[in-house]
Amino acid sequence: MSEPIDLEQLETARREWDKTVLTPALEKNPGRDEAALRTASNIPLQPLYDPTSDNPATYLERQGFPGCYPFTRGVQPTMYRGRLWTMRQYAGFGTAEQTNARFRYLLDQGQTGLSVAFDLPTQVGLDSDHSLALGEVGKVGVAIDTLRDMEALLAEIPLDEVSTSMTINAPAAVLLAMYIVVAESQDADWSKLRGTIQNDILKEYVARGTYIFPPGPSMRLIQNTFEFCARKLPKWNSISVSGYHIREAGATAVQEVAFTLADAIAYVETALQAGLNVDEFAGGLSFFFSAGSDLLEEVAKFRAARRMWARIMKQRFGAQSPRSMTLRFHSQTSGAALTAQQPDNNVARVTLHALAAVLGGTQSLHTNSRDEALALPSQESVQIALRTQQILAHESGVANTVDPLAGSYVVEALTDEIEAQAHDYLERIASMGGMVQAIEAGYVQREIADAAYTYQRQLEDGKRIVVGVNRFTTADEPHRDLMRHDPGLREAQLARLADVRFERNEQAVLQALRALRNAAEQPGENLMYPIIDCVRRYATLGEICAELRRVFGEHTQPGVV
Amino acid sequence: MPSRSESELTALAQRVKAGQPRAVARAITLVEAGGGAGEDLVDLLHGAFGAARIIGVTGPPGAGKSTLVDGLITELRRQERRVGVLAVDPSSPFSGGALLGDRLRMGRHAEDRAVFIRSMATRGHRGGLTLATTEAAGILDAAGFDTIIIETVGVGQSEVEIMSTADAVMVVLVPGAGDDIQALKAGIMEIGDIYVVNKADLAGAAELAAVLRFALRGEVDPDIADSEYLGTEHAAGYDPRDYPAAQNAPQILLASALDGSGLPQLIEALDQRLAQLDRSGELALRRRQRGAAALERIAQSALRGWLAERGIVAGDPQQLLREFDSDSRGPHRFMRDKLQQLTRSREGGDL
Amino acid sequence: MTKRLRILIGKPGLDGHDRGAKFIARGLRDAGYEVIYTGIRQTPESIVSTAIQEDVDLIGLSLLSGAHNELFPRIVQLLREQDAADIVVFGGGIIPEEDIEPLKQAGVRAIFTPGTTLNTIIEFIESCRQDQKVS
Repeated sequence: MSEPIDLEQLETARREWDKTVLTPALEKNPGRDEAALRTASNIPLQPLYDPTSDNPATYLERQGFPGCYPFTRGVQPTMYRGRLWTMRQYAGFGTAEQTNARFRYLLDQGQTGLSVAFDLPTQVGLDSDHSLALGEVGKVGVAIDTLRDMEALLAEIPLDEVSTSMTINAPAAVLLAMYIVVAESQDADWSKLRGTIQNDILKEYVARGTYIFPPGPSMRLIQNTFEFCARKLPKWNSISVSGYHIREAGATAVQEVAFTLADAIAYVETALQAGLNVDEFAGGLSFFFSAGSDLLEEVAKFRAARRMWARIMKQRFGAQSPRSMTLRFHSQTSGAALTAQQPDNNVARVTLHALAAVLGGTQSLHTNSRDEALALPSQESVQIALRTQQILAHESGVANTVDPLAGSYVVEALTDEIEAQAHDYLERIASMGGMVQAIEAGYVQREIADAAYTYQRQLEDGKRIVVGVNRFTTADEPHRDLMRHDPGLREAQLARLADVRFERNEQAVLQALRALRNAAEQPGENLMYPIIDCVRRYATLGEICAELRRVFGEHTQPGVV
Repeated sequence: MPSRSESELTALAQRVKAGQPRAVARAITLVEAGGGAGEDLVDLLHGAFGAARIIGVTGPPGAGKSTLVDGLITELRRQERRVGVLAVDPSSPFSGGALLGDRLRMGRHAEDRAVFIRSMATRGHRGGLTLATTEAAGILDAAGFDTIIIETVGVGQSEVEIMSTADAVMVVLVPGAGDDIQALKAGIMEIGDIYVVNKADLAGAAELAAVLRFALRGEVDPDIADSEYLGTEHAAGYDPRDYPAAQNAPQILLASALDGSGLPQLIEALDQRLAQLDRSGELALRRRQRGAAALERIAQSALRGWLAERGIVAGDPQQLLREFDSDSRGPHRFMRDKLQQLTRSREGGDL
Repeated sequence: MTKRLRILIGKPGLDGHDRGAKFIARGLRDAGYEVIYTGIRQTPESIVSTAIQEDVDLIGLSLLSGAHNELFPRIVQLLREQDAADIVVFGGGIIPEEDIEPLKQAGVRAIFTPGTTLNTIIEFIESCRQDQKVS
């Protein structure tokens, strides 16, 4: 057995190396541009990390063991040795039938979870026949106007067997209501339903933009879904607190962690205000992060986020159950990192991103398709993206031991650094009165916009290199066949909506809508129940949201550029 | 700037009076650019100035001025008023460019034909902006907008300018962050006709309003008389008798631009204030002063233009310096002689 | 003296991804233009009305949702109807190559796809000034 490291001796040796080896080498060649030697988030990197930058005495406190507090090394004891991550490709386009066909194809190909993308009118609570929906119906996801669309979307998919993630926020309660009413018609027991609604409104205000109501009523809707899920859907994740869009909007890795956790803190406080016990709902909180190209920083980011969340839940909120302290997350490879130029290069990028997510201990993963910077992905591109995950899982070997980069001097140092910087942000936000206030003051938006501008400037000035975009470009890009939208889609959707409106019992719909409005005017009422009634009677998403708009008003963007 | 013939300008002036948006916008561009065409246009339209009431809105950055203006527009529209807004934002001192984002918060009025919102950049003017905004407000006035709101860039050097531009001034403040105390020091306590404590739901709003009532009206709120806010001033010997009669003193109101609460009261207070200013003759006096200030600025602007044409200002400083270097006189004497020489010579030309 | 150009950066449609639009807005400010930014979720009507009130020389549209074929031409058409066809319209976002030509036919002066540098856009703006397309 070897002797423990003598740190003093090591430090002396390191100074000696700095002086006699490193300094002369730097004199000969000062190295690449300074900006290139920083992480993607502008954290300066040392030329070399060694045991002197890590303190083994604090190992248990900072790293510990997987499945144990502070969960730096992973949320389960065996991680992917026990079960691989869920390969969950986000899909949704056109009509409900088209998306249903893509889901069944993906399930046949070995995908293990569904992920639904909705079109923008659905995301902002407008029906397909609304004037603002012009040109948007079925474009970035599937159009859902009524229960009829949801029935078609989920046809012949056994809802008690799959887990379904729905990227829906402002009207999340309505889409969840539609999902569980369809499950009921399949005789699937609510208590067996597994899945997630994104339901994260705060990041919509700062990054993604599909908000409807002002923060106060939005937080109430979230509170209502928390309570409903805790009581009726025990296996459902009632929120996916999302850093992904914050990062995609141009935030740094540090900001992604800090603002996501600040959002999550606000949600926990909301749930506590509703009288829920912390361990009663905290297990239903899940997270969603971006996986970018800076491999080492990204791995450190995931580890830092896990550790911070465990500490916040235990120390600040007094959680007892380990499940309440674990930060379980879905990840998606970065869309902003994809290039329209030489799009096949994106296959290499996505591989890097996916590797970062897996080395960072993700619970589920979506890999982007190479042509997503150009248009909706083709079936072939979607298959390559899924195969990328399968290659990582079965061929690379990185899934065969837990948290393989732990103990890497640089990864541990970056984990500590990201935690420290994110912690500073959290303090700042707390001093402003919390995340809702920080958002209303425009602080968070401004921080993100500044980071995005700095990064983009570095690109424009050539201080950062993106292959195929500002270096190694090719003159002529070959023409590619991309998936086109079906031009008749909007008409088809409008026809179906008109049919539903014609066939339903209008009296019953009006009654249910009135009941919803009355409930909305009473702050103590849980709106999930009247929403489920509306949905059952085929009230449209737009009608339901219009009732709520009348009571709650609409959010307008603060003037931050 | 392409020159515009007299007939073109006359036609433009007609279209402005008819309230055509494109013409109104073009006219504001001309007066903002400050050239001969803009000056001629103002002369053509100036008979149509004077019907509108002009409200200045000022306050520190972050006080929620734009959101408040957005709420005011909504309230004024409810009364079927036609509203013009001039929102002033700073130009970048480095590039000269500007990012004009105030109307981000007023988006819901974009399609309302009875609302005209125009963003203006300060363009490095010193004082000159007042002339541009005064004249832009005149264009909106001539176009039939009966209430014109000028939102200033924020507290800085604009307080005095807004006083000489508007009929009445609304000062927007928010509780917290020490703004209240700052405001007392920043010299905006003299300029307001109405003080709005915005974001009234925030902690400290009632206290800030009480501080303002005390400082501006000499009113002591018994609930907070002993609070830290009033402690020092009280001790320093403030006496309500030092304050103007309450009916002439500014109104202090609480509002929340975000949810619209307090806005109808604000409009009402504004109407009352204007009526009172009108009755007392103060409004007429302010408008006379504004007219005089405009004349002064036109003179300054013309002189500056004349000097610029001769390279005395805004030209190549090197040439002027070389001339001065080869001269043994002091700078004042040098310049006095030079100006005298220019005005006497033929090159002096017309102003 | 050259005229200080005014440019409206607008986001029609429902997508909330404003990173690109905000970057362009700031970048053009730093290049010396006066930029009016409308924010997200603007109707073609409100964009045109804003452009007219602000007397802008150019309108830059950013759209990532795929609704460009409907919304961009609509904006050009509204400008024509409101006697403002002289305002130059350009656009950017995720726009497939085969859509570019039809959009230009419809009156959109230029389309910039992802990866376009700010300088390219500035060169375009200045070329409009040269062509006296903007007065």
